[in-house]
Amino acid sequence: MKELKIFGIVAIFTLVLYWGVEPFAHSQMHKHVESNGFAYNGAADIEEVEAAKKEEKVKVKKAFWADVAKVAKLKGNVAAGEAGFATCMGCHTGMPINMGGVIPPKLDHAGALYSKNYLIALIKDPAMASNVDHKYKDTMTHPMGSIKAMMADDQQIADVVAYIMAKKAGEVTTKEAFSEACGRCHAMRYAKTTQLGDTPKFKYEKDALAHKIKVIDEQNAVKAYMGKLPPDLSIIIRARSAHFLETFVENPQGQLPGTSMPRVGLTHEGYEKVKTYLEEVGDPSKPAREDLGPKVLLFFLIFTALAFLWKKAMWKGHH
Amino acid sequence: MAHFEKANSIGEWLDQRLAVNTLKKVMQTEYWIPKDINFLWAMGMVLAATFGILLVSGIFLLMYYKPDTNLAFDSVNYTIMSEVGYGWLWRHIHGVGASLVFLIIYIHMFTGIYYGSYKKGRELIWLSGMGLFVAFSAEAFSGYMLPWGQMSYWAGMVITNLFSGGSLEAYGLVEWIRGDYVPGDAFLTRFFMLHVLLIPLAIIGLIVLHFGTLRIPHVNNQEGEEFDYDEAAELYKAGNVKDSKVIPFSPVFLSKDVFVMGVYFIFFFYLVFYHFDFAMDPVNFDPADGLKTPAHIYPEWYFLWSYEILRPFSKDLGLVAFAIAQVIFFMLPFLDRSPNVAPASRRGLFKYWFWLMLVDVIVLTFMGKLPPTDALFANIGLVSAILFFVLWIALPFITKSEKKL
Repeated sequence: MKELKIFGIVAIFTLVLYWGVEPFAHSQMHKHVESNGFAYNGAADIEEVEAAKKEEKVKVKKAFWADVAKVAKLKGNVAAGEAGFATCMGCHTGMPINMGGVIPPKLDHAGALYSKNYLIALIKDPAMASNVDHKYKDTMTHPMGSIKAMMADDQQIADVVAYIMAKKAGEVTTKEAFSEACGRCHAMRYAKTTQLGDTPKFKYEKDALAHKIKVIDEQNAVKAYMGKLPPDLSIIIRARSAHFLETFVENPQGQLPGTSMPRVGLTHEGYEKVKTYLEEVGDPSKPAREDLGPKVLLFFLIFTALAFLWKKAMWKGHH
Repeated sequence: MAHFEKANSIGEWLDQRLAVNTLKKVMQTEYWIPKDINFLWAMGMVLAATFGILLVSGIFLLMYYKPDTNLAFDSVNYTIMSEVGYGWLWRHIHGVGASLVFLIIYIHMFTGIYYGSYKKGRELIWLSGMGLFVAFSAEAFSGYMLPWGQMSYWAGMVITNLFSGGSLEAYGLVEWIRGDYVPGDAFLTRFFMLHVLLIPLAIIGLIVLHFGTLRIPHVNNQEGEEFDYDEAAELYKAGNVKDSKVIPFSPVFLSKDVFVMGVYFIFFFYLVFYHFDFAMDPVNFDPADGLKTPAHIYPEWYFLWSYEILRPFSKDLGLVAFAIAQVIFFMLPFLDRSPNVAPASRRGLFKYWFWLMLVDVIVLTFMGKLPPTDALFANIGLVSAILFFVLWIALPFITKSEKKL
């Protein structure tokens, strides 16, 4: 009994110590950002400019997101949208060709990955949708900025988005989700993939080096456009908390005010796919861990039970 | 040359040449341990086992680790974690073990303080144990450099900077320690050597010394009772195990140790498989970058209390306070002036001293991780750091006035 009391005291002090240096310390060190459930309605954007007391901006943003909500209510015509979508294909070719700083993303699974509201907002004004309009206030224009002139009609936007949601929403693998949503800016060296896609195997070193130069050129272009090279995401899943990653992807400005990272508009399911891929590459031992863990613990439970019996036998008659 | 008879068994053959039977008696079956103990007396063996686990897992990691600033990060996070069979297991065992070894060291230390196990002939046990604490601290710090992540780099930067001595501005010494102006390849390779060779050797030597120091004064017991070991041993050998105050190390004491170790291993491997994150800071999964300082730099939890003693004071005063805090526990046997060897609960004012010290060190630990920019936390840290020194200054006086039991 006395031993149990001592054990209780040791356990309580240990748990208090743990609570203080882990959950409590981390809650104090990182600001808390609420998740908005992957709803792209501009609420966070408006709050940010309100907090910064930028009256003009508040008006502009409110009007913009009200417009987006209006378009979202229109009934899109899939057949009509197909013609409009052809405009998109002018740049979104799926080829790794840099345009104005970045490679335009592939749209093969856009309907499965991105939110409808976000796509509408993006066509209306890419910089506003991505919540990086602060980057383009002077002379720079968003690489997709010309879309505003090319697709100004609300009904046309609704049609194109309806087409994307209907026809570009096929089954998407976790890897496709990552490379379409993140891969044009972020490399992942542990998965042997760069901004130019998967690195092929080369027979000759000369070819490998030539490819490497292409990668460096692309990275330099992205760097010039973004201000710094976006980090390699190989083990980002272990470098950031799950909550940080989720809220950061929803709205990068919420976690890192002023960052040049655009919001990419993933739906919750789309984000889950990306996250799964990050886990597969950055934390590949998870299945093995979950498989081996119970076995090792069972071993030590039996070990401890036997040790207890041995102890009882050895101490017999000692008290 | 000695005369050798033909041996009839392997045991006899070994006994003739190595005196294994005598050894077994001296080290195990007739190495006498007091009977009046609780599970805290098993912490020594738990520590030895944890050190063994760290050594074995470290050997496996060493086979694939590359001490080079260009390769280190990926050799740990990719090669060991993805390509080496069970590499992840060895790494998580090593990381969790490095953290838990300090938890057990602290439990072991505060057990010693509570029961007065550093007094009256047991000073060397305490001093060699403190030597082990320092060696383990150096081992933990040098090991923390090896993955070459952001926290490795910046912890290396901050800690080596301490050697500039504040206003002494001894930057030459800092550069000499680093082998460069900033932590770089020379820094990494020398800390690699320290971590895998020199400090482990020192630890092994100190463990042997620590065991050796126990031999003559014997292990303390729950009541701090002084009794005749030879008499108790005779009683035990005569078969009166109930009345004897001792038990043999093996198998009686060991059987309890193994049971406690079993419980500990359940806890240990639960952490290894399901809760290893606490021992592997997320910040260290970003590669070292000398141009990007992390928002918060803090040491691992086991250094936080002394870090917090450094932080709340001005530069020079903080360094002096920090330096004193590092060595003050060595002085315990000499600052405790009481003649009593007894649990703190029976020692008057010392009882309060013990619990205050324990709580103060825990509060310091909490504050050491929190951002000092928060005025409340900074003030709590300052008060706790001052209390730490007040307690040490008060110790000789309150123990001097203690009544003899």
